[in-house]
Amino acid sequence: MKREKELLKGNYAIAQAAVEAGCQSYFGYPITPQSEIGEYLSSKMPELGRAFVAAESEVAAINMLLGAGSTGVKAMTSSSSCAVALMQEGLSFIAGDEIPCVLVSVMRAGPGLGYIYASQGDYYQATKGGGNGDYKIVTFAPASVQECVDLTYKCFYVSQKYRTPVCLLADGMLGQMMEPAVVGEYPYEEIDQSSWALDGAKDREPRHIASIEREEETLRKRVVKIFEKYKQILENENLFEKYETEGAKLVITAFGSVARIAKAAVKMARKNGLKVGLFRPIMLNPFPEKLVAEIAQKVDGILDIELNCGQMLQDIKASIAGLAKSIPVEFYGRPAGVMMTVEEIYKQIEAIYKKMDEKKYGTACI
Amino acid sequence: MGRIVLNRDKCKACYLCIDACPNKVLGADENVNALGYYPMAVNHPEKCVGCAICARVCPDIAIEKVYR
Amino acid sequence: MEQLVYKKPDSIRDDFKISFCPGCDHGLAVKLVAEVLDELGVREKTIGIASVGCSVFSYDFFNVDIVESPHGRSLAVATGVKRSKPDKVVFTYQGDGDLASIGLGETIHAMTRGEKVTAICINNTTYGMTGGQAGPTTLIGQVTTTTTQGRKVEISGYPLKVCEILKEVDGTAFVARVTLDNPAAIINAKKCIKKAFEAQLKGLGTGFVEILATCPTNWKMTPQEAHARVRGEMSEVFKPGIYKDKVSE
Repeated sequence: MKREKELLKGNYAIAQAAVEAGCQSYFGYPITPQSEIGEYLSSKMPELGRAFVAAESEVAAINMLLGAGSTGVKAMTSSSSCAVALMQEGLSFIAGDEIPCVLVSVMRAGPGLGYIYASQGDYYQATKGGGNGDYKIVTFAPASVQECVDLTYKCFYVSQKYRTPVCLLADGMLGQMMEPAVVGEYPYEEIDQSSWALDGAKDREPRHIASIEREEETLRKRVVKIFEKYKQILENENLFEKYETEGAKLVITAFGSVARIAKAAVKMARKNGLKVGLFRPIMLNPFPEKLVAEIAQKVDGILDIELNCGQMLQDIKASIAGLAKSIPVEFYGRPAGVMMTVEEIYKQIEAIYKKMDEKKYGTACI
Repeated sequence: MGRIVLNRDKCKACYLCIDACPNKVLGADENVNALGYYPMAVNHPEKCVGCAICARVCPDIAIEKVYR
Repeated sequence: MEQLVYKKPDSIRDDFKISFCPGCDHGLAVKLVAEVLDELGVREKTIGIASVGCSVFSYDFFNVDIVESPHGRSLAVATGVKRSKPDKVVFTYQGDGDLASIGLGETIHAMTRGEKVTAICINNTTYGMTGGQAGPTTLIGQVTTTTTQGRKVEISGYPLKVCEILKEVDGTAFVARVTLDNPAAIINAKKCIKKAFEAQLKGLGTGFVEILATCPTNWKMTPQEAHARVRGEMSEVFKPGIYKDKVSE
């Protein structure tokens, strides 16, 4: 593997990082805008003596992932939006089974078939999920091709360390765009899975991996234990970016590729004397509520920007709901398609800044 | 001469073994077991030849061992 | 000197619980799979896939590593296990609702890929665990809780014949349909199950055995009457036999 900076497409960056992280098994079904991941791995994995299966459906792919993960190997699937929808049952089982594995979700625009435009419409799908029961899918959202690499590594590490499914939530823009990035060495320690993984009951009691629990009390304890893990993950593995939040009057909240454009708008605003900062959660689930609350306490307003109709917005609002000081949360977004420009965001900042001065607040401006 | 080792608390009284036994060795017990069934009973042990057919047809693995 | 001629297989746990109803053929099928694992000496490198239905409690009795699958997806899960650990012996234990209805897609595609795994399917013409509803294999005229007047072709179509389909799939190496209604049939069933595992061990492709099994509870029959039904109307529609055998070739 080359260790120098090269011009790299987001999807290839994810695929190369998976190989570098030691991903032993990949299962996938084609869907734009992430098909390059499977294409790359279809030749690379067999070359390395690792497993690649072109699954007959996403339903099959996620269950192959369940099987692979149950043997303790690093395993991954990648997909997008309407096809990730098909994986929700499997994800619920994987979470209940406490099986480590990585799901790469490269969002396209929905609902339904929608289209292949960049979108952040699957924030809910990733962080709230469509599977049954109490569980979370730990989610990281990259904002650059370099982060596609680094967070793929993080996803494998967190999944193996905590025995939990982890999602890398990218979008069509990140998947398809090229920028310089380095596929560095996998920076994390290897986590020994031999105490629980299935490899045949030789000289030990047989193991079973299952979400089914017939005893009420055991089922309750299992779910509580899983939620304890989410707490630890938030405490130990949280990633975020704070930019110019010190002394800011208005803080923008945004994630993924939208946050990069917002950051440029913040720079423009600062240049023009407006006290604006940016908070970008990189770990979206579990959501860093305390951090958002801490930031909110020191500002007069929040402007949440997303390429959807306001999904993370609900988590932002929930985070500050209990604060003594009530501050307005404005929203700027659009469901899909054309990405907002720096200027468009700057105009929103200016308008909201003015409203804050006049103590008049509006509603969402989609 | 054969001998059957029955775990009578595993028996669910389907009596497939009674029907399958070629020498009519087996019958039903008069007392219930832990599961509440009248389990199979070895009524005529002297007739048992240890063919193990009873064990092979037992769906509950209640006949754990057969000796000959 | 007394000689041991039969004992519980090692591949059945010492603290096993057979969770099936009285007289249900599931217990027999489980025991035969366990006996085959013992005879092939592969228990310590076997990973089983438990499906949804009456087979869900496989880990209550199988003395091997087991992973649970969502309903119908056992052969996809098996694919993931086998591709990640090619040196392990992998098998699925599924009902007909699981393998032939909700999971038919996964079944056919795993076998089309010729996954080196073994699939055992219990065909009892009904959804047993949920209380006896009609399934893909329910016979014409059969009364169930969802075909109270008997299965009618114009409403529910025809029973699905899995062996006849899977023998045409290039990746299968052994396909057989067996019954468990008498001692000779049980011995034959075990031979077929063994071959279905040998297909995997020899790397020939997928081994598959469909077992025509009883569901006395939902059929509302005694175990004896239920076996008579297997011998009679069930065997007329689902013809027992070896449909494909690359193992002996």
